[in-house]
Amino acid sequence: MATSRREFLKGCGALGAMIVSFNATPFSVLSAEGQGQLGTRTSHIDPQKLDSWLAVGADGMILACTGKCDFGQGIFTAQTQLVAEELCVPITRVNLIQCDTAITPDQGSTSGSQSTPTNFNSENLALAAASAREALLELASKELGEPVDQLTLANGVISTRTGRSVTYERLLGSKRFNIPLSKTAKRRSPAQWTVLGKPVPSLDRTALMTGQFEFLQAVRVPGMLHGRVVRPPEMGATVARVDEQSVQNISGLKKVVVRKDFVGVVAETQYQAILAARQLVVRWNPGPELPPQKQFFEHLQKQPSHDVLSVDSQDIEARLADASRIIRARYTYPYQMHGSVGTSCAVADVKPGSATIWSATQSAYPTRNIIAKLLNMPPDSVRVIYVRGSGCYGLNGADAVSFDAAVLSQAVDSPVRLQFSRQDEMMWENFGSACVVDHRAGLAPDGQIVAWDREDWVASLGNRPGYDQPGNVISGMLLGYEPEPLKPGPAKPPSGKLRNQSNTVPSYFAGCISGSCGGGGTIRSERVLTHTVRSPFFTGPLRSPLRIQNTFANECFMDELCAHAKADPVAFRLKHLQDSRTIGVIKAAAKAVNWEVRSPRISRPRTGVVSGRGIACVAYEGGNGYAALIAYVDVHLETGAVKPKRFVIALDCGPISNPDGLRNQIESGILQGMSRSLVEEVTWNEKRVTSIDWETYNSLHLDYEMPAIENVFVTPADVPATGAGETSITVTPAAIGNAIFDATGARLRDLPFTPERVKAALLEGRGVGKRA
Amino acid sequence: MSEISLTVNGRQSLVNVDPETPLLFVLNDELGLRGPRFGCGMAQCGACTVIMRGQVVRSCVMPVSAVGRDEVTTLEGLGTPEQPHSIQRAFIEEGAAQCGFCLSGVILTAKAVLDLNPDASDQEIRDALGGVLCRCFTHTRMLRAIRKYAEEKKHGNLPA
Repeated sequence: MATSRREFLKGCGALGAMIVSFNATPFSVLSAEGQGQLGTRTSHIDPQKLDSWLAVGADGMILACTGKCDFGQGIFTAQTQLVAEELCVPITRVNLIQCDTAITPDQGSTSGSQSTPTNFNSENLALAAASAREALLELASKELGEPVDQLTLANGVISTRTGRSVTYERLLGSKRFNIPLSKTAKRRSPAQWTVLGKPVPSLDRTALMTGQFEFLQAVRVPGMLHGRVVRPPEMGATVARVDEQSVQNISGLKKVVVRKDFVGVVAETQYQAILAARQLVVRWNPGPELPPQKQFFEHLQKQPSHDVLSVDSQDIEARLADASRIIRARYTYPYQMHGSVGTSCAVADVKPGSATIWSATQSAYPTRNIIAKLLNMPPDSVRVIYVRGSGCYGLNGADAVSFDAAVLSQAVDSPVRLQFSRQDEMMWENFGSACVVDHRAGLAPDGQIVAWDREDWVASLGNRPGYDQPGNVISGMLLGYEPEPLKPGPAKPPSGKLRNQSNTVPSYFAGCISGSCGGGGTIRSERVLTHTVRSPFFTGPLRSPLRIQNTFANECFMDELCAHAKADPVAFRLKHLQDSRTIGVIKAAAKAVNWEVRSPRISRPRTGVVSGRGIACVAYEGGNGYAALIAYVDVHLETGAVKPKRFVIALDCGPISNPDGLRNQIESGILQGMSRSLVEEVTWNEKRVTSIDWETYNSLHLDYEMPAIENVFVTPADVPATGAGETSITVTPAAIGNAIFDATGARLRDLPFTPERVKAALLEGRGVGKRA
Repeated sequence: MSEISLTVNGRQSLVNVDPETPLLFVLNDELGLRGPRFGCGMAQCGACTVIMRGQVVRSCVMPVSAVGRDEVTTLEGLGTPEQPHSIQRAFIEEGAAQCGFCLSGVILTAKAVLDLNPDASDQEIRDALGGVLCRCFTHTRMLRAIRKYAEEKKHGNLPA
């Protein structure tokens, strides 16, 4: 990974066996029939063909191509292990190329905990590697004159029982496989694994620690200029006038670029570009006033909305009328930021007939199509090469900056490197959505939940731009494209299979639609109604998008019901669940901490520091990873400060590709979740976002005393691999909130759990259900 | 523009830049160094950290003209992939990174505090890291790696 991207690619080209000889004809359409994954666009690299995924070089190196890229989550190493495992070679024999629209298949976006389910089960990269192994065995069988079942395979050498052997490169070196993926190719089973499933150290480590790793921010191309953008002062502001004279004294300035409401500068050096961007006088027509932050959730609930009913048993009112107690609660979750440490960056080289963009986007092919649209070029003339940037955690500024860089490069007819300022990044990214959830549930005299009604309002504007919606991020909007419109309208009755809708549906719901029940729980009197409302700010996927918001609201409310039923939180959850894997992780977590079965405490100290425990669980997206987390926190009753001390998580994500990488993801997910639970919140005034740097947007720095974290992995036999990277963060806010309740008797229903809010909740009244 | 002489990672270079240019851009654009990185441009996150006179400096806010004769050490100046510095080795062994963008701030700040005070307590090390941000939240592994380096250093198992 230390090798520069461009040198590395030259190396790949030298193998000569690859699907595209891109050195010669980088953008030629080689086979036009291929369908991009997600069925969205035709790609010139056909994912049904083995040669689109794998090649064997004359030196025996395995070249593998993937459309799922690494931004620090470890998928580069894990995919390298996967290919090595299926082809029975050491990982040092695998060269993996990720996300380059000239070379790799279109796998859409690397997002949503989908890389593992997509590439590690029985399709795509995994199927390609298994197909390649079987094809090589077939070739060897012919070469050696022995049936396949008489052959053994190790280190890239296929041998007969009598000791005759042939290498992969001898069988195939530099030639194509020229076959489709084999639908019947068999994956090696976890019991056979020697490379996959092992804690292989991440392959980027040494380069990272010694400062050699080539981040996108370090990419430099010959003749490159530097750009900066000049964003509006507020959302909705439009350009009235740009005074180009105001920057004429800046040496090295090449051009002021204005296209509709997009304004940028290009100069010879970064510093000159920064000076020009600062000095450029732009008169803006003001944007609309923003709804006051203090009453934002009330505002949200009054707006026109697009409504979806995930489930509706239509007997809620009747069942609630019979309940011995009805409990209501309202939960709110703020806008939060990706807040990448490095601001987003891209390098674009736009020429009259072709364009190359080095980008940290999670969506290489969609970005290619959007840039083609913005530059008025055919998509095949644009190449997007993924290079890792600063960790993104979802849709940070990586797409927007790639669009901007392309526009600037086209305007000056030279390669341009563009990096955002901290304010460009934080003021204009697609924030994680704010939302509010109203719950209403009834309990029977025996404490069973008899009905649960749930209604939520989600603020939404824009999203991933996909293949044709540039206006879903700020750059596209400034260039004149509208965000995907919100179409207000009432909900249709639920139909078809239950859709979990980003964990909007609590784990405890039976999830019955027309008699077919797809939920994980036992509650049959159930309703889930979601209102999507136009947000005043851009929103988009932020690690565990809406799953963290929904799980916070669901799992804390479940804890409230448990307290009203005077039940033990583990036993109460198990009583309302039927999904064996959710039950499995809860039991595993409880066992790991030696969970003491008890109902909520009656009396608690009123001063000093109190301690509590809390549990939360999730079936991520209904079945893409399962986690139960137990949090232990201290709460300082005088200051309201919450101090997490220990987390124990049980996780079931099926067979684990790399336990070390998984632990890294799980631990950091909990800590990131802790930061989001305790301090993170986007702020604004009547005109604009005011959290624009690290003094105005809080994040737990490295001086924070971190809690202890323990992991337990639960791996049932014969289940597919699921996502895992977003499971632990999803359950963290609820586990902390429930532990605060256990410690203090105060229920925190608004995130983040600031000392002021904790103190207010303590004053408002201990005990359950005071705030209805 | 003026000609400025700089000593970075033991090597002297002559650059011709606006003297007000932040040191970071000179390191990245003129000298091709990848270790220090632009994070905020306001000395709030630590991604651009370098060491000068044994102290950590935020190179994003220091004009290159202010460097003078002081030698600048960047992350790549500590050790090489073949021969990493012992704090880098501790980070490699602990796998103490995810995206790794913040590492200059984390590793160089920890090294500087422990070089100054080899007996620094966990609290003192954390205090020194107060201005360093890791948004992947690899905190646990990073502090473990720093502790490992501190122990090795204290017990004299390290070459100087």
